[in-house]
Amino acid sequence: MSARDMFAKTVFAKPLAVVSPLPALATERDLRLDLFRGVALWLIFLDHIPENVVNWFTLRNYGFSDATEIFIFISGYTAAFVYGRAMRDRGILIASARVLRRAWQIYVAHIFLFTIFMAEIAYVAATFDNPLYAEEMNILDFLRQPDVTIFQALILKFKPVNMDVLPLYIVLLLFFPPMLWLLLWQPALALAGSALVYVLAWNFDWNLPAYPNGVWFFNPFAWQLLFVFGAWCALGGAQRLAGVLRSRVVLGIAIAYLLFAFAVTLTWYYEPLDRFVPAWLSDWMYPIDKTNLDVLRFAHFLALAAVTVRFVPRDWPALNSPILQPAIVCGQHSLEIFCLGVFLAFAGQFIISEYSGGPLMQTAISLLGILIMVATASLISWYKKIEGRSPTSRVKPPDADLAGGEA
Amino acid sequence: MKLVIAIVAAFALAGSAGGVAYAAPQPEECDVPASLLETDTDLSRVLNEVKTKHRLDVSVIGSGSSALTGPEGVHSAYPARLEEALKARLTGIDVKVTPHVQSKATTAAMVSGFGKILADDKPALVIWQTGTADALSGVEPEDFRVSLDDGIEKIQSDGADVVLMNMQYSPRTESMLDVSAYADVMRLVAQARGALLFDRLAIMHSWNDEGTFDLYTATKKYDMARRVHDCIARALASQIINAAHLDAVRMQTTR
Repeated sequence: MSARDMFAKTVFAKPLAVVSPLPALATERDLRLDLFRGVALWLIFLDHIPENVVNWFTLRNYGFSDATEIFIFISGYTAAFVYGRAMRDRGILIASARVLRRAWQIYVAHIFLFTIFMAEIAYVAATFDNPLYAEEMNILDFLRQPDVTIFQALILKFKPVNMDVLPLYIVLLLFFPPMLWLLLWQPALALAGSALVYVLAWNFDWNLPAYPNGVWFFNPFAWQLLFVFGAWCALGGAQRLAGVLRSRVVLGIAIAYLLFAFAVTLTWYYEPLDRFVPAWLSDWMYPIDKTNLDVLRFAHFLALAAVTVRFVPRDWPALNSPILQPAIVCGQHSLEIFCLGVFLAFAGQFIISEYSGGPLMQTAISLLGILIMVATASLISWYKKIEGRSPTSRVKPPDADLAGGEA
Repeated sequence: MKLVIAIVAAFALAGSAGGVAYAAPQPEECDVPASLLETDTDLSRVLNEVKTKHRLDVSVIGSGSSALTGPEGVHSAYPARLEEALKARLTGIDVKVTPHVQSKATTAAMVSGFGKILADDKPALVIWQTGTADALSGVEPEDFRVSLDDGIEKIQSDGADVVLMNMQYSPRTESMLDVSAYADVMRLVAQARGALLFDRLAIMHSWNDEGTFDLYTATKKYDMARRVHDCIARALASQIINAAHLDAVRMQTTR
């Protein structure tokens, strides 16, 4: 059967399962995904406050990859988990429509955050004046052309600092329906195609243009690899990899690589160690490119994931303990909590700069921010629960957020 | 378990690293942690010119943050203060610092003017302050790296030493203007090309942390800006004198 027939059949009828034997999808939700996504959201929040002693505890200081990799991988995983089932049960059209609706929700959230950001900038522009920073204040030039700036923000070309993740996610979701279909039909081919796009993007410098200059901070052509890899794992890939992950050799390599990355990272923060990095190594290794998801970063994430999966099994009893619930509940409402985290980072930084916060203040703001994130996530959970119980509510398809979340 | 040990070790090391980078503040005004001025790079052309000609010609090439506006701006910006600081410490040496400041000039734009500056000034040392304009206009870090590399090569092949100066630490604009990627590029290129890096970003950051200057302050007055520039000039003079081993020379000439 040709791909076109396959498409026609799955769009107009729904029995995709009849056409090809589909990989069995895990039905029970994997709390590890919620847990690690929740933790990633906390780390992203902390990293977004530039002046923060608590930053020393976040992942990026101890290796090449950071919370962004975790977030994108798990997002790919859960998107495939939720929409893969929808595509299998209800056909391409319905599943695609739901993916696109999710993309729209994220777009609206992004524009909402942009508005808050503009308010902050306008405040700084109106109140802060210091001849020492005459040059740096040129960054506020765009306020003089709100017509251009706001339009460029609406088409996702203008993205202020720290507001790059959601646009990446929007683009990844826009292209997800055909990719998901391919993943269900020919998972190996889909993964190979994704890897090919990654390689081509590196070779031909593919990226999307940004405003006023340059390209997207997170190159969608490169980062899609991690998203698709997550989706592939959700659709049976993880089981296929289980044998590899059990191997002691793989574990050894993963740990060795993590230690190597840790040693290299130390030299960034403690200059005198720099001389122990041989010239040939730094020539080969640097720059470790975040924009294009450097292979070293990708490998670091894989090593981290391999070690994590080994030591944190799916049925780890602690996953049900109350201690981990705060992170898990944040991971279950990731779009809301991500946006809240970006906002809280703005607000926290604002307080630190207005009231000159020392390390104590920074720690307090970091903890308070995480507390607000947890409280909000719990509130959202509670809303969903009472809505589900209310007599007027209709029977809904499985809740995407609770199935591991979508965002 | 191994991972746990690694993480614990990481915190221990990170803690000790922090301790070294921010040594206890000296009573002296605007003291800079010694680790921020240490370097393996030798400014041999500077040493040579001072030794053989008893003079030192320095060109400062930079964008807006190498200048101050307002009355007395020229005399209070760091290039002029550097000339004073070097003269005070290198007695008997004819020091001349010539600034070439183009506000908003990106690295690539500055490099195109190098030929004329090098021919006019014939410097033994070029202090090249750059990166801010590139971050402001969103130049791609890779393009930035190429321009930077190109510029350093031009200066070095002309026979001068290079000091690269990175951005100012500007906490108010930090959430809008992320300079870290450009600062990383500057560090790597300086290392690869044997140029000295004057880490203005880290130095100003440490001043802010130590309370030497409150860089969050909103003020239209020039006094703080002048003091910051003066402190930058003195730190820069110290780093140049160390890296060119000029303390030894001065002792010989005064003996």
